[in-house]
Amino acid sequence: MSDIESGGGGGAHKGKKKGKKMSTRVDFTPMVDLGFLLITFFMLTTSMNKPQTMEINMPVKDKNLTEDQQTKVKASQTLTVLLTKENKVVYYFVDEKTGEPGLTTVTDYGKDGIRKVLLQENKIRNASVDSIGIYKGQLQTNKITEEDFRAKVYAIKSFKDGLIVIIKADDNSRYGNLVDILDEMNICNIGRYAIVDITPIDLALLSKTTL
Amino acid sequence: MSKVKVPRKSTVVDMTAMTDVAFLLLTFFMLATKFKPDEPVTVTTPSSISEIKLPETDILLLTIDKDSRVFFAMDGEANRLELLDKMATKYQLTFNDKQKKEFSLLSSFGVPVKNLGQYLDLDSEGRKKFAQTGIPSDSTNNELADWVLQARFTNKALRVAVKGDQNAGFPVVKQVIATLQDKKVDRFNFITSLEKAEN
Repeated sequence: MSDIESGGGGGAHKGKKKGKKMSTRVDFTPMVDLGFLLITFFMLTTSMNKPQTMEINMPVKDKNLTEDQQTKVKASQTLTVLLTKENKVVYYFVDEKTGEPGLTTVTDYGKDGIRKVLLQENKIRNASVDSIGIYKGQLQTNKITEEDFRAKVYAIKSFKDGLIVIIKADDNSRYGNLVDILDEMNICNIGRYAIVDITPIDLALLSKTTL
Repeated sequence: MSKVKVPRKSTVVDMTAMTDVAFLLLTFFMLATKFKPDEPVTVTTPSSISEIKLPETDILLLTIDKDSRVFFAMDGEANRLELLDKMATKYQLTFNDKQKKEFSLLSSFGVPVKNLGQYLDLDSEGRKKFAQTGIPSDSTNNELADWVLQARFTNKALRVAVKGDQNAGFPVVKQVIATLQDKKVDRFNFITSLEKAEN
């Protein structure tokens, strides 16, 4: 017990009648308890980390845009991803000859699921996609600057014949599914993707596919 | 029985150092952390690898919980007062001074405008018990659009962040995104927790 001795020495000067020397020892143990209680309160009611965000840019939905002004994409460059219930993902490519949706495949959000397909397709169409990883390593060892890295990545991602992903979600999917698929876009370095409304054709396709 | 008495050492321990450590830690926590804003609902956000941090000020936070209710939160006391006035004129409601003061201190709410006065009159206990149905955002009664629009008028530098629960149904998210696009908000943020990409 810590103690502050004050007045214990002064008492010696007093008359001999007051013989009892009361030493003033203050016990600081409760002070420590109080201190730790306050620490615990602050640890539980405050938070140090700021929440992380994902930046989303949606295309401008101007009703006055004519058909010509809306961006058109070549159907053969696209991979359509449908998000549905129970965390399932259905994807298809548009058949080159008929322009109709091709074979549908069911997968999920794991490493071997949609990510494998995205990485594969992206690599086939855009051979320089692997160099993004190399550039990132260079950025971390400070061999290239941040703006340089961004410019290089932008150049690779906006490659004209690269993969374009169209994301459609039906009413049975969850918000977590949407965030997962957008996350996959970032992980696989897909340059162009869009979130659009699901069409009746897609809904019919979904009802026909066995999940 | 030992005849040699073991010399007794004093068991007094000086606690001064311990108190110093305790108060140093306390000071660190007081300065480096911020109080968690109390929300009407706890939301488990989905995880993503994005490491961009949310800015601290000028944020319009839309919280979507798993029952598809939408809650609205904007920072800035003066901005909130102005916002309430604008919404009151739009919906032809009046709020007395006490309700206005309560609103300026309110962090997050999710009630339709006509119930807002009643909600503001309750104290914190009553508010916890009040069943908040969320701000309507369906096409027949899109109050959310008005809140967002008026909020952007009060604070031009406002950024919109959406904090959705992992299991929130997609239709309400679609409705919120469509409302935002309609009000010309094309850049917004989703709040996520950090996840490491397994490669």
